[in-house]
Amino acid sequence: MINFEAIKAIYKFEMARTFRTIIQSLISPVLSTILYFIVFGTAIGKNMQLVSEIPYGAFIVPGLILLTVSMQSVTNASFGIFFPKFLGTTYELLSAPISYIEIIIGYVGAATTKSFCLGLIILITSFFFVDIKVVYPMLMLLMLFLSCVSFSLLGFIIGIWSDNFEQINFVPMLIITPLVFLGGSFYTIDILPIFWQNITFFNPIFYLISGFRFSFFGEGEVSVWISIFSTVIFIVICNIIIWKMFKTGYKIKT
Amino acid sequence: MSNIIEIQNLMKVYDNNYTALDKVNLSIKKGEIIALLGPNGAGKTSLISNVCGISSITSGNVFVEGYNVEKEYRKTRDLIGLVPQELSLEPFEKVWASVKFSRQLFGKKRNDNYLENLLKKLSLWDKKNQIIKSLSGGMKRRVLIAKALSHEPKILFLDEPTAGVDVELRKDMWSIIKELKNDGVTIILTTHYIEEAEMIADRIAVINNGKILLVDKKDNLISKMSKKTLTIYTKQILKSIPHSLKKFNLRIFKNEKKLEYDYTASGNKTGITTLLSKIKSSGIELIDVQTRQSTLEEIFVEIVNND
Repeated sequence: MINFEAIKAIYKFEMARTFRTIIQSLISPVLSTILYFIVFGTAIGKNMQLVSEIPYGAFIVPGLILLTVSMQSVTNASFGIFFPKFLGTTYELLSAPISYIEIIIGYVGAATTKSFCLGLIILITSFFFVDIKVVYPMLMLLMLFLSCVSFSLLGFIIGIWSDNFEQINFVPMLIITPLVFLGGSFYTIDILPIFWQNITFFNPIFYLISGFRFSFFGEGEVSVWISIFSTVIFIVICNIIIWKMFKTGYKIKT
Repeated sequence: MSNIIEIQNLMKVYDNNYTALDKVNLSIKKGEIIALLGPNGAGKTSLISNVCGISSITSGNVFVEGYNVEKEYRKTRDLIGLVPQELSLEPFEKVWASVKFSRQLFGKKRNDNYLENLLKKLSLWDKKNQIIKSLSGGMKRRVLIAKALSHEPKILFLDEPTAGVDVELRKDMWSIIKELKNDGVTIILTTHYIEEAEMIADRIAVINNGKILLVDKKDNLISKMSKKTLTIYTKQILKSIPHSLKKFNLRIFKNEKKLEYDYTASGNKTGITTLLSKIKSSGIELIDVQTRQSTLEEIFVEIVNND
């Protein structure tokens, strides 16, 4: 039988942590995204060419949302499990009648909720700075949700893997940010030389951005189905890794 | 009394090939207080961690009320509360929220009355809205006990509950433990304070190098293993033991007017009457006699040293 009470407890606890750290969790990412809108959308964007018939300010909105959402999902989920490890309170999770799936739903569910809300707030904020319409709103919500889930799962893995604060910051800063920037957040890959275009196809975030952008403008660089499929594959892989971590007790159990 | 926990051939080997538990067998009776006594690194915490699910079992079986702790972990964990050795608590959480969180984690429905009574019993009720960071070490220890009891477990594991706690609080803790026993909770306590085991345990298991060296009722252990010493105060300083007293292996002290004689407390024939009459017939004048029983600490040291 599923321990719903435990899932609720973890979820509520994690959400409460967000409200305790509202500046770090919400205000800070929204503010930095607004700065992007002002600089790239309003100031520089006016002087930039249209990208695929889309004004540059509007073009970068999906990429900017994904940039923030990916960072926040990874940070929230990794800190969510890393802190109990750091404080030694994981003993409570491990000695309670909870399965690893329930633990994931609690932690990853909370991290997903936070970054999903953040993504929507940034989207609403973007309406004040650029002229943008969402062609497929339901698809946009689905892609945003899948992005939040996949990065939160990745964050959860990082949280378990990390032994210290340096490692927990290492992956978002040195891997995810470059992948988001180089995955076509601010440009279409056809402006790149062929060699770099081919390299970009190995960047999983490229497919996410393409699918997300398709939901906004009705056009992406690869089929939206490829985007959805690759995101689902990524989620499945993350789940397998977490299952293996819990099964072997990797860096959780002694 | 039926057994509530059965540990069978339990092995725990860590990744670095260190064997923390070496084929441990132990049965714990329902409603008792059992103290796991052992020096640092003996395997006490590893044993608790294996039963509670914090560390993975290398081989062997552990049953709690007949349920296997690995295969039927939901049922076994539901029965167990754990107070860890470290003060591992979320520092910015309030006491009430933290205890409520623990109850919910164990899948229990909200029961504010139970939690209120629990906090009152542990003298935490007036601190329920304080953040844990602001509490003293002793109070934090009580919060850990409250969290462990929040889901109404039948078994409570206390891993060194009084480590680093002052004498007054230690006595407080003992009375809490005794009260829990009266409520029907089975208590497994690890400690290296022999005094603690002596004060509150019904049975004692001595563990060293991952092996259970012996398990017995505290009183049996003391009476079986205990040595008694008879100190005989004499009027003169004796330079040597008279020939007629040689067989008693008396200890003589330089420049002190006393002799010491060791005998076992469990035997019917202590040899005291014969010794005293031999002393009298050898012309030694007595002033006083005194007996002293060896403490559990001395017994423990002997057991561990003989291992």
